[in-house]
This record gives sequence, C-alpha cells and structure tokens, in this order.
Amino acid sequence: MRRIIAVLLENESGALSRVIGLFAQRGYNIETLTVAPTEDETLSRLTLTTSGDDNKTEQIVKHLNRLIEVVKVQDLCEADHVERELMLIKVRAEGADRAEVKRTVAIFRGQIIDVTTNAYTLQLTGTSEKLDAFLGAIGSGLVLEVVRSGVSGIGRGDKILSA
Amino acid sequence: MSEVLSGGDMLVRALQDEGVEYLFGYPGGAALHIYDAIFRQQKVEHILVRHEQAATHMADGYARATGKPGVVLVTSGPGATNAVTGIATAYMDSIPMVVISGQVPSDQIGTDAFQETDMLGVSRPVVKHSFLVRDCGEIAEVVKKAFHIATTGRPGPVVIDVPKDTTDPAVTAEYSYPDSVEMRSYKPAVRGNGRQLRKAVEKLLSSKRPMIYSGGGVVQGNGASRLTSIARRLGFPVTNTLMGLGGFPGDDPQFVGMLGMHGTYEANMGMHHADLILAIGARFDDRVTNNPAKFCPDATIVHIDADPASISKIISADIPIVGQVANVLTELDKMLETALENQPDALDKDAHKAWWERIEQWRAAHGLNHDMRPEAGKPILPQMVIQSLYRATGGDAIVTSDVGQHQMFAAQYYKFSQPRRWVNSGGLGTMGFGLPSAMGAQFAYPNETVACVTGEGSFMMNMQELSTCLQYGLPIKIVCLNNQALGMVKQWQDMQYGGRHSSSTYADSLPDFKTIAESFGHVGFRIDKAEDLEGAMRETFSAELKKRVVFLDVWVDSNEHVYPMSIKGGSMQDMYLNKITDSQAGDYM
Repeated sequence: MRRIIAVLLENESGALSRVIGLFAQRGYNIETLTVAPTEDETLSRLTLTTSGDDNKTEQIVKHLNRLIEVVKVQDLCEADHVERELMLIKVRAEGADRAEVKRTVAIFRGQIIDVTTNAYTLQLTGTSEKLDAFLGAIGSGLVLEVVRSGVSGIGRGDKILSA
Repeated sequence: MSEVLSGGDMLVRALQDEGVEYLFGYPGGAALHIYDAIFRQQKVEHILVRHEQAATHMADGYARATGKPGVVLVTSGPGATNAVTGIATAYMDSIPMVVISGQVPSDQIGTDAFQETDMLGVSRPVVKHSFLVRDCGEIAEVVKKAFHIATTGRPGPVVIDVPKDTTDPAVTAEYSYPDSVEMRSYKPAVRGNGRQLRKAVEKLLSSKRPMIYSGGGVVQGNGASRLTSIARRLGFPVTNTLMGLGGFPGDDPQFVGMLGMHGTYEANMGMHHADLILAIGARFDDRVTNNPAKFCPDATIVHIDADPASISKIISADIPIVGQVANVLTELDKMLETALENQPDALDKDAHKAWWERIEQWRAAHGLNHDMRPEAGKPILPQMVIQSLYRATGGDAIVTSDVGQHQMFAAQYYKFSQPRRWVNSGGLGTMGFGLPSAMGAQFAYPNETVACVTGEGSFMMNMQELSTCLQYGLPIKIVCLNNQALGMVKQWQDMQYGGRHSSSTYADSLPDFKTIAESFGHVGFRIDKAEDLEGAMRETFSAELKKRVVFLDVWVDSNEHVYPMSIKGGSMQDMYLNKITDSQAGDYM
C-alpha cells in the first residue's frame, strides 16, 4: 500500500543523509522524495512516498522518530489529506500536433510555459495519477523530457504538523 | 563565568566538566592540537592503546562495567576507520560512548586530503548520532549534546568529528559549559504509561504459566534490583538473554538460565509453553526467538523497553510499555505490591506450582551439568574450565569474553550474581573484544578481579594490547580455551557442512602463548593435562599473581560442541541437545 510520510526535521547539513541512509539500511523503498525549508527556516519539511503494510509503515515511522534531527513524523494516509505533484514536460510540437497538445493541456488544466518553433514546455500539477494520465493522453511519441517534483502533501482541515 | 580558550583546550575542558576520568585513544596529525591540550592538564587521563579498535572496546568495557559513558579519541582517516568496529559493537548493544575523531582542516574536507575519511558518512549507520564541529565556539554545546544523547533514552555511541582548524591554538572563543541541554527533536520517554502498566499488572496476576525474559536493557538501564524484587514478589521463573546475564542472580533457584540459540533446555521450553511473557529491556533478537512465526504460541506478551522502535519489531506486543526500564520497573513493583496487599489470593498458586514442577522436570532431564570435574588422562572439556574459573573466583569476578564457543560456555556456566559483571559483544559478535574490554573494566575497578575468557582465535585479533596492560599495570587474567580452531565455525561445519573444515583450523601454525605473554612482560601458563587444571586456575587467581597479567592457555577438547542449539526454522522448543541428536543434521541458523 502506498504511503505518504511527512517529516519535519532540523534544517541542518547531514540530516537528510540520515533519513535516506535509514531507508537504505533497513531495506525500505523510497518512491518519491521532496524536501525544502519551511516558514521556520530552522526546519525542513520532507515528504516521501513509500509502500508497505501497516506494520512496515509503523516501523518506518518509529525509526524516523528515532533519528535525533527528526522533530515530527506523520503518515498522511492515516487521515484525510491533499497531495500534489508538479511536472514539467517538454514535448515535440510540430504541425497538427501543436493544436492537439494545446487542447490536451487545456483539458488537464496545465500551462504552456515555454514555446519554440518545434517544442512546447508544459507545466502540470495534480495528484500523481493525474500526471500519469496526462502522459498517457499525450502519448509517448511526443514526449521529449519529463521532470517531476515528487509528491508534496498536507493534512486536510485543522490538523497541523508543527514543531 | 566564561573564559577564553582555544578549541583544543575547550574540548578537553568540556570532558573535564563532563566528569570524564579516562580517554582511550591514539594520536595522529589531525588530533595533535587536542593531544597537546591533554598534555597540559591532569584531570582527564589519556590511555594510549596500540590499535584504535581496542580503544573503542576499552571505552565500551568501561561503560558496561560502570554505566558511565566510555570516551575515545582517535585521529582522522585510518584512526577513525579503525574505530568503526568498536563503535558498531557499542551500537548493537546500546552502550553509551562518545568518540572524538580528528578530521582534516575544514577547507580541505572533500579534497581527498592526506588521512581524510568522511567519518560521519562511514559511521552513520552505526551511531546513535554524530556531529561535525564547524567552529571552536560551538565545542562546549556539541560535547554536552553528545553526552546527553549517548547516555539517555536507549543509549548508544555518538561521534564528534573535529576538523583540525577548530582546535587551532591560535583561534580562541568564549567557553562556558552548559548545565543542561534542551533539544526539541530529542525527548526520550521516561515513565511508562499508567494505563498500560495497570493492564500489565492484571495480566501478570492472572497468568498460569508466566516467564520473565529480561535483556541487556535491565543491566544497562540499572533495573536489576527492581527486577529481582518483582520476580521474588511474584515467584515467577526468570530467564536472561546473553546481554541480560546478571540482571537476575544466576545462582537463584528462580533463575532458569540463558534462553535462545544456546540457551538452557528449561528456559527455551518454558518460553515456548508460557501463557505470559514479561519481556524487559530485550529486543526479541533472532538468536532468541528462532522462527518468529512459531514463537511462543500461547503467550500474551508484555514488552517494556526504552526504545519504541524495538517494540513489535519482530514479535507483536500485546501490552507495550515505553519508558526507562528502572522507572517502569519501580512503578510496576509498587503496583504489584499494592495489588497483592489488597488481594492476597490474586496469584494462582496451584497453577504456578504445577508450572514450576514442569520446569523442574525439564531442568532435571536436560539441564546443564554444573559439576563437570576434570579427570586425569581424559581431555579437558571447555565447560570444565569455566566451572573451574567460577570456583577460583568465587563467582565474583568481572568476566569479559570474546566471541565464539568460549563465549557461550562462559554465558552458560559462570553464574553471574550481579549486573555489570558480564561483558561481551552480543549483538555484533566482535572477535577481539575480550581483552580490551577487560582492560576498560579494570581501569574502572582497579581492585576487582577481571578475567577475560577467550579463544586463541579471538585473542589474536587484539593481542597487541598486552603491551598496554604492561604500560598501565592492568592485571587482567586471560583464560584461553585453546581448541586450535575457530570453534564455533568448526561446529557449524561439523553439523551443517559434512565436517568440511573450510578455513577454520590452523593447529600447525599457532604461536606459543606462554612465551608471547612472557615476552610482553607477563606470566604465562600452558595446561594440556586435565589433572593440572584446578591447580593452575588457583595459581592464576592467587594473591601472589594479583598484580600481574596471567595468560592461562588451556588446551581443550577441540571436538566439543555447544549445546543446546536451536534447530533452524523451528520454535524455541526445537533444540539439538547433543551430538547424537544432531546427527540428523540439517540447516542451522
């Protein structure tokens, strides 16, 4: 089962390597990972997606908590949450494809953020499934390059993850 | 009042302020500013070892024997990497340790400078935490945090990597040592949850076939006296893990011996048939549980531990209690006392009587024979040597061991009556641990008898420390069960690989250990006749040799195996008991 784990950690060099090292050392997989400082510059927030049953997730959360620089850990999938991922895609856009790509981008509420005579660079945000669906719709023949941010997530409503 | 000091002086001053007595280490380029600061003071005594691995094991032995953190100082590069085995050893057994490693100057980090190693990277998987000092002004705070982290919660080793420029005598800063440290991201649980404790009391009182399974957490967490009080109050059988020996008196009738792969028959049978297991400061290691799927099928499990990540990691706990073991046991003992005052008949005495009868039957059928006497003309069995050691020391020595068959024999046959008297590498299984850890314990307790039970294989991994023993006058008694082979490897090869002794024997190239001991300035004996064992053992521990290192090289039967031994994939009740039953052979763990 896919899990989204949010981690608040001290914004110090080396802290990230301990998180990554933990996953490698204990044989947990990381599917996506994103990290950046928060509004409090002494803290970074890291979101990672992994997969595993309840026991495995519990172990991951416990071991993350054991790292000295980790301040808070939350499995976002335990409650209602919102998740988003950002994707930049460079596609071949020539002839009739130019209009077709534009229409598809509009349907997925994406944006064209750079244009050349033979290519578009597109930006899309949404759940990972939506981004996958867009890639399916546009077809692999046109895609030149894809970069995805990895999942960011936040709990719905009043629930707040803070130090 | 603050004062202005260089980084090197600050570091040593912080160790003084932390109350450090001994610093085990080895100098080198990147650490020389620190070594100069050590030279200019008297409070912290530096112990010069002969290899950095031994420094970490000495600090470790000191920590295990005293409960105080062991402190190590090494240089960068090879000094640091040599220390890693000892750090990993301490990590696996949750031993408080602070390791200070010199590092190349900050502006050379990442340039593949001479003797540069990424110590934080190399040590990361085997430390509780680590620090890189950025400037000398932060040294006091880093040292305080390092000791705080190493000694609280589930203890463990902490590395402080110190680039040479941060200890430069020409660069100074204000020094004041903090009284306490507050970290928002590190707040280990101290007390157990009251509701969980009440549930535990209920389960303990209603159990019919209880077993107390206690581990290293009881010894290291100073919970032994409380555990003993609880066990006596309830009258329950107690088994200890390899790390937990001494947590409950080994000569007490309620003690059923060590459990696990080489545990006693009665302990393993008792665990398997129990309806309640009170696990304290133990982590359900694979060497204990055998196949987790077949583990103790009828038991309700109450698990007390300082580390939440140890709970339900291998075996799911019915009642988990997280907290410092000593606090939780104190609370539990009080609650049991009150409960038994209010309801004197709360315990099912008949059921417990029947349970003890079964345990005594197991003990009578296949328990260990603690009275194996050497017979003239027959080979010396390794078990006899441990029993002879037990008699010669009155059961009161601090005993360290290396790793292998001799370690298991020592664990099985030396009945430890107090905590912190048994020092061995349980989790990592580090050969070469015995002698240096004995030296660390001897530094802590100069007047106590410290014996190192070793094998000739393990001993040769760190025997250079015989020189350190001479330098500091450490009268370690080394009892070597010399079976002319890597005994445990050979046992597995006998049992699992058709007796093909691949790279486990070297009888033709062994040195004369008596001469080795003598050449290092010590006393050596070689015993290969059973009739000489008792006398030589008594002489080793005699008043005349009290101040000397004695190496007692005992040539034992090289064909002896350690039993019982778990059968791989089975439950705890599945054990080989002797060479006859193991001839059915098969897979081992």
